[in-house]
Amino acid sequence: MQTEVSSASRVRVVEVPHEGGIRQSFQKWLYREGSAYAFLSPYGLLFIIFIVVPVVAAFLLSFTFFDAIQPPHFIGLRNYITLLTQDDTFMKYVLPNTIQFAVLVGPGGYALAFLLAWMLAQLPRVPRTIFALILYSPSMTAGVAMAVVWKTLFSGDQTGYLNSFLMGLGVINEPIQWLQSPQYLMTIMIVVTLWSSMGIGFLAMLAGILEISPELYEAAAMDGMSSRWQEIFYITIPSMKPQMLFGAVMAIVGTFQAGAIGVTLSGSNPTPQYAGQLIVNHIEDYGFLRYEMGYAAAVSVVLLLMVLFFTRIATRLFGSDT
Amino acid sequence: MKRNWFSRYTGIRNRGINPKGFHVSQIKFYVLLLPLSALMLLPILFIFSSAFKPPDELFAFPPRFLVVNPTLKNFSDLFSKMSNAGIPVSRYLFNSILITLVTVAASILVSSAAAYSLSKKRFKLKRILFAVNNVALMFVPVAVTIPRFLVIERLNLLNTFWVHILPVLAMPVGLFLLKQFIDGIPDEVIEAAQIDGASDWWIYWRIILPMIQPALATIAILTFQAAWNNAEISTLYINNESLRNLAFYLSTLTTTATGANAVAGQGVAAAAALIMFLPNLIIFIFLQRQVMSTMSHSGLK
Repeated sequence: MQTEVSSASRVRVVEVPHEGGIRQSFQKWLYREGSAYAFLSPYGLLFIIFIVVPVVAAFLLSFTFFDAIQPPHFIGLRNYITLLTQDDTFMKYVLPNTIQFAVLVGPGGYALAFLLAWMLAQLPRVPRTIFALILYSPSMTAGVAMAVVWKTLFSGDQTGYLNSFLMGLGVINEPIQWLQSPQYLMTIMIVVTLWSSMGIGFLAMLAGILEISPELYEAAAMDGMSSRWQEIFYITIPSMKPQMLFGAVMAIVGTFQAGAIGVTLSGSNPTPQYAGQLIVNHIEDYGFLRYEMGYAAAVSVVLLLMVLFFTRIATRLFGSDT
Repeated sequence: MKRNWFSRYTGIRNRGINPKGFHVSQIKFYVLLLPLSALMLLPILFIFSSAFKPPDELFAFPPRFLVVNPTLKNFSDLFSKMSNAGIPVSRYLFNSILITLVTVAASILVSSAAAYSLSKKRFKLKRILFAVNNVALMFVPVAVTIPRFLVIERLNLLNTFWVHILPVLAMPVGLFLLKQFIDGIPDEVIEAAQIDGASDWWIYWRIILPMIQPALATIAILTFQAAWNNAEISTLYINNESLRNLAFYLSTLTTTATGANAVAGQGVAAAAALIMFLPNLIIFIFLQRQVMSTMSHSGLK
């Protein structure tokens, strides 16, 4: 507060009083706020070009028919109506798959990240750092690099590691086509995504737990709080709500961002019998394989709305009360 | 004596959050964490192990997880290889390195300048613009691949070096973390410099940047991962083979290799996968302390 007053008074001294005029007021504005915008503008420009414009364009295109050859023409809500009433693949496979995947990877991965962070926080520094590094390192791997690994580990013939291992144990008698069979693809997708989901959200929560003042716990212990679960729900989580929210947003974005995994693993879009088809693959299928870009844009808008919806829930849970 | 030893590991001192040493209450966490992290480490170990496997071990039956006779042959094969388009692999690697270096440097400058402005400058739209950036934290780039393509096409950025860099620079998480970190610098520091007649640029360059090094390290890591691991840009926006990066080349190894090609390709792909992963790991190990100190400022209100 103090700083605001001091700078305002400084500005008043330097300013030469002039009679109105748009130019004068522009110059005044430039003097007062110009440098702030100068520092902001490179990022702002890129932000507008690569984030704002594409989102607005997706929204506008979703009301049109557009095949990338002729200019788009307006067809109102027809894309959305088709999506809700006629797109069997979407309703039968894509939406249920996306929900199943999102619920397990999103909240599931998030809860796992919190629990792991909570356990790590109760270890001394050196083992904590080592464990954090091990848990974080999968999130550093690139999807393309890991495709090599997964394809070998889950290879469909008897030389595949998982097949060989399970056959050695006598669990299965003949090799399973893990990545090509609709039964297993989704499970593998979820496991693989969970494996790589301990990203910066996890680190933020770990840092958040470590920041909580020990006096809070001591005070609670004196007041008779004895169970660890009580501590988690009444002290730990409420004291690190901001980090919880940051972690939640990262988990939601990561979940929807990870959509390409099914196509990467199975090597085809659409995935075998649509077993691993997620909303992101559906967008790609219509946009880049069928060139129905207006329709793909409508699906994109639905995806963005889903992210927004889940983030709202997270904000409800962990947002500041103001 | 015996009692002292006992109470050291069972007393109240090393219980709870951020303990200084070992305590019996920690055993249960080790019991849970050790098997889990071993399991999570397996695929990473597998990258290392298979990159050094000679062909007969790659295709051994029954397959063996760890390498027995490590060899560098996969790496020499990788670098003597040409892609289908006749581009040597070293060219993809060179592109990746150059793109990543430029992106990281540019991202640090662009994001920190914006964060300085949003944190310490005074202007009317400040709160609104920061709120907009917070909303953009939930931006999912894959959702708008198509309109992004159209924008990039209009700007004549297709098949240019810059298309690798510019889209990655708009990274809301980066700006967010930097802004939160700069908020921690007291305003008095900047005012003192202003009274001494320092310009905005000088304050940014000489005061802000040196004080936020941990946050800059974090942004560097995040940008590094975004640029180094990015195969999408090369696939979508670039037709010119000599402008594509290593991540893209690796993706061609795993998707197009069939039959005899798959046999020859697996060792090479494993070596390339290791080259992709290793820099991420090394950089993180060096900068992890800075990352953690940035993360304690990461709260989203």
